[in-house]
Amino acid sequence: MQDDPVIRVVTKVLIPAIMLFALYVQFHGDYGPGGGFQAGVIFAAALVLNAVVFGLHRARQVWPMRYNLMGVSAGVLLYGGTGVWSMLAGANYLDYFALKADPKAAQHLGILLVEFGVGLTVASVMVALFFAFAGRLTHIRLVAKTAAHEAADTEASRAGDTA
Amino acid sequence: MGMFTVNAFLLLLLAIIAVVALRVHQLFALVMLSGAFSLTAAAQFVVLDAVDVAFTEAAVGAGISTVLALATLSLVPREEKPHAIAPLPAIIAVAAGVLLMVSIGDLPQFGAADAPVHVHVAPDYISGSAEKIGVPNVVTSVLASYRGYDTLGETVVIFTAAIAVLLILAGWTRAPYRRENEDRNSQSTRNIEDKAEDAG
Repeated sequence: MQDDPVIRVVTKVLIPAIMLFALYVQFHGDYGPGGGFQAGVIFAAALVLNAVVFGLHRARQVWPMRYNLMGVSAGVLLYGGTGVWSMLAGANYLDYFALKADPKAAQHLGILLVEFGVGLTVASVMVALFFAFAGRLTHIRLVAKTAAHEAADTEASRAGDTA
Repeated sequence: MGMFTVNAFLLLLLAIIAVVALRVHQLFALVMLSGAFSLTAAAQFVVLDAVDVAFTEAAVGAGISTVLALATLSLVPREEKPHAIAPLPAIIAVAAGVLLMVSIGDLPQFGAADAPVHVHVAPDYISGSAEKIGVPNVVTSVLASYRGYDTLGETVVIFTAAIAVLLILAGWTRAPYRRENEDRNSQSTRNIEDKAEDAG
């Protein structure tokens, strides 16, 4: 699949479009269908597509595993932190009305922040799981290949001894 | 009538895909069928006006889980081993299906305004979403504002599950062993990958 020019070119055109659509779904979730969960999986789908077409090795160079690990934690922290902020502002945990003077603007801000936290966590989780899973596959195949090579080497040296 | 046709078509398609998936033994075809099932289910969710759910079903069910299943296929044989139908699970599944079908009669009409679920807090949410929160998408205002605690819980569940799966998959449980062999392993991995790329 990595050698097919049609797939490579079409993927290169598609990936930015998918990412842009994910951001649209993320930040337009107040007005249309969508939100953090949906945006997260769509964004992850773009990176998974990149890994499927251009290989896991290159995908991990573009998007290192540590980004995922940071994203997984940062999303939950952003969500929880928004709740702490509303407590510091004098209201209950996750009560956004305290975040700003105008109640509707406060709600918008709170929803935007927690949805972004959800999106960050979901996208990072999906990509991290795919990278780890596909990485295991490469590892397992590598171990099998090495074992086969070693077996062949032993066989060859044994044949050499008898000759 | 138009709605009925669309629903009947989608549900019939779902049933056909499910039956074919049961009959087929090629695992590649099975993975493709499960992706097609998810996509049809997503279309059904759109018809039911659950666009948010349809989004997730299409991206996760038809997209990412299909890719994960395809990746697994590269490690396993191409065909499923033939096996006889186990009687007990079949009986339990059929009995559960019959019970569910019988209980459909007791459900309120689809979209009925006086259904129990729509007379408790839902009117508050629906009117409050526009007046107090100012967010046109009621799903978002319920999810992120009215039910913010629940969504925080969901996010933490995803976080915890991911950490657990990563610990298993990444082999971090054997950190001392890995650190010892890290250099040699990554070196040999890189060599073999380079060779594969040169050859390809």
